[in-house]
Amino acid sequence: MIFKETATPTSKARQNWHLWKSSFGKKSLIGIPWLWMAIFFLLPFLFILKISLSEAALLQPPYLPFIREVEDGLVTLVLNFSNYMLIFEDPLYWKALLNSIEIAAIATLLTLMLGYPMAYAIAKAPAAWRLPLLMLIILPFWTSFLIRVYAWIGILKNNGLLNQALMGMGIIDQPLEILYTQAAVYIGLVYTYLPFMILPLYATLIRMDNTLLEAAADLGCPPWKQFLTVTLPLSMPGVIAGSMLVFIPVMGEFVIPDLLGGPNTLMIGKLMWTEFFNNKDWPVASALAAVLLLVLIIPFVLWQHFEQRQQAMEEKS
Amino acid sequence: MRRSLPLLTVLLFGYAFLYGPILSLIIYSFNESRLVTVWGGWSTKWYGELLQNEQILAAAWLSIKIAFISASLAVVLGVMASMALIKFKRFKGRTSLRLMLAAPLVMPEVIIGLSLLLLFVSMEEVFGWPEGRGQTTIILAHMTFATAYVTVVVTSRLAHFDFSLEEAAMDLGAKPIKVFFTITLPLIAPALLAGWLLAFTLSLDDLVVASFVSGPGATTLPMVVYSSVRLGVSPEINALATIIVLLVSVAVLIAGIVMFRQEKQRQRELN
Repeated sequence: MIFKETATPTSKARQNWHLWKSSFGKKSLIGIPWLWMAIFFLLPFLFILKISLSEAALLQPPYLPFIREVEDGLVTLVLNFSNYMLIFEDPLYWKALLNSIEIAAIATLLTLMLGYPMAYAIAKAPAAWRLPLLMLIILPFWTSFLIRVYAWIGILKNNGLLNQALMGMGIIDQPLEILYTQAAVYIGLVYTYLPFMILPLYATLIRMDNTLLEAAADLGCPPWKQFLTVTLPLSMPGVIAGSMLVFIPVMGEFVIPDLLGGPNTLMIGKLMWTEFFNNKDWPVASALAAVLLLVLIIPFVLWQHFEQRQQAMEEKS
Repeated sequence: MRRSLPLLTVLLFGYAFLYGPILSLIIYSFNESRLVTVWGGWSTKWYGELLQNEQILAAAWLSIKIAFISASLAVVLGVMASMALIKFKRFKGRTSLRLMLAAPLVMPEVIIGLSLLLLFVSMEEVFGWPEGRGQTTIILAHMTFATAYVTVVVTSRLAHFDFSLEEAAMDLGAKPIKVFFTITLPLIAPALLAGWLLAFTLSLDDLVVASFVSGPGATTLPMVVYSSVRLGVSPEINALATIIVLLVSVAVLIAGIVMFRQEKQRQRELN
């Protein structure tokens, strides 16, 4: 009886209606977020490209349109590459770019050196401790980033807490100059980006098969060698993911070099900010953004490649 | 036990590094002296001054409003994106959707801010909307990057989701929308809460993107904090920081306890 009923034309129509509805549901489920991100995330990069090719002007908005009347009635497309030429000719810009790469690379290395042992220690902690220990890593990330950077000003100042403590203990008799130097920038960067390094590292370390270590131990491998030949290579996906999560955003960092670094700390994100807000030169700021984007595509693709491989591995197991 | 001593030292050092600066802010927020690094005795006068600073209060209210709206909308978009990515393994545009949701996690804020501003300016030229910049443009911007973060949180929860529950409900005749609201949504609610809180704090915290896309009329809390920090350290900021740290700690603690309990319950059910 029941089977017969499903074969009647009316229920067939209902089935079709359901099919249509579910495919419509599927389309909107995929389509709405896709369209949103395409319009508000992807499309804007085309505008960066567009403005970077236009000329700055004392207008509102402060640039000349592409297609405009050059002389009476003569409408032409004016592409202006001078913003890019300026970046490659003026040492200020390409030095800022090289400096950003250097600072981001060193900061990533320092974060890794502090983050790896911490992630390792949390992964090796008793199971009941792990969640609270991880929460303690994430907690500062939830509190205001700006205020955490600001806290370091009070610590690193010439008459700040660090110098007061060191002088009080008699270790130094002259205050160390740390604030407004490169060192302060590194401290700030490592401090704020540490969770981004620890979390992916922890995720790979906790998933690791401990029997491999036991096997190595059974074969007479000392602990340090176990670490170097088993743990470290197996945690490479975490090392790479963490490094990319730190390196890419640090390249464009603005707040930390601005508040903790001196006038000599030249980074491309800070320069973009200055060109945009102080010099009101939108086209040059856009050209800088375009160059920065171009530089960051390589590490981004690398990161995505490793993420996808890890996901595929997880789905297999 | 002796072998774990170095690890314990590493953890202690690491946590001291993470919490030292925050602790110093809290202590100095009760400092009587105007000089931030000179101790002048305990006092709560900066809290009083903070509560009378109308500029900070107005900015805080605006920030909370923006964060509330953008986090709520980002959760809707993020849940849709996660459902699409988890439920449908193959569809046209899957890779591009995945990349567009991953890129905002690492994209430098200056680029997001500048690119969105240029989009809004061009949109205004062509459509006449959004008129000028302010609250609306900040909400649109925050929604966009927060969606990426919400998607990460919700996707990791949905990856362990038992879809046979949905199928069972469907077999019993429930329509897809009803299944979503009565089965799926309650089960992934903790992840939604975590995602919402993350989106909320990200929005509340954002200085760079908001500075680019806001107009003269809309000044958010981080913008006020940034300008007062640049002008010189003001002790009121310590009081403000302490209040933020306190609120966030309470929120995270509650979220942590909820998730911890759920995890325990899930493990009990599995056994």
